[in-house]
Amino acid sequence: MSDVKSARPLSPHLSIYRFRPTMAMSIVHRITGAALYVGTLLLVWWLVAAASGPDAFATASGFFGSIIGQLILFGYSWALIHHMLGGLRHFAWDMGYADSKETSTTLAVATLIGSVTLTVVLWLGIVIFG
Amino acid sequence: MSDFRTPLRRVRGLGAGGGTEHFWRQRLTALSNAVLITVFVIILLTLMNDSYLDVRAAFGNPFVGIVMGLMVVSATIHMKLGMQIIIEDYVHGGTKLPLLILNTFFAIAVAAACLYAIVKLSFGV
Repeated sequence: MSDVKSARPLSPHLSIYRFRPTMAMSIVHRITGAALYVGTLLLVWWLVAAASGPDAFATASGFFGSIIGQLILFGYSWALIHHMLGGLRHFAWDMGYADSKETSTTLAVATLIGSVTLTVVLWLGIVIFG
Repeated sequence: MSDFRTPLRRVRGLGAGGGTEHFWRQRLTALSNAVLITVFVIILLTLMNDSYLDVRAAFGNPFVGIVMGLMVVSATIHMKLGMQIIIEDYVHGGTKLPLLILNTFFAIAVAAACLYAIVKLSFGV
């Protein structure tokens, strides 16, 4: 059993491939997913603070309102939007659409442009109307 | 020594088990996340400048607590499945199983803490 396992094939080393937008968006999808995973602790903090009382809530609100807090929330919102657009791309592929070489490259670039644009629009809205 | 097993028998069970179920749940929760998290962000934006009492009052609307509760369940299942794939891809050997267990515990702990807070806020205790 163990010798069978050790003889199983491994993927070729990544460096033999030419850089493509699709591969960049693939790993960014995974990285943003991992970041969102850790970032759920922010949601836990906010909700538990609100449930704990005014003092705990003021501490959490103070952090999220600070420069560092706002930067973290800005990054988190981008990760969220990017991961969601990447997920919609996966839905298209799952249903058999947009998986040609050219279209998938275009979609990969569009995902990045789309996520940055939506994040900037969201925060412009927050700054202007907030 | 000859091996009388067929080639198919030799490779069966070497892959990850339950892959189809995993794939399907990941997609199902991706769909629900897209809807629920969008609504949650909109709720957050409306609460952005609100005081503590205003935030507490917002939970008086059942819709807020229900959407947040559903979002927490959907998101924690999705993130548990996703992190499981990352661990299975990159971690081999003795640390894999402990990390997979930690992943499950973390997701459930996040869900429990959020749901506790949501229920407490919604029932106004």
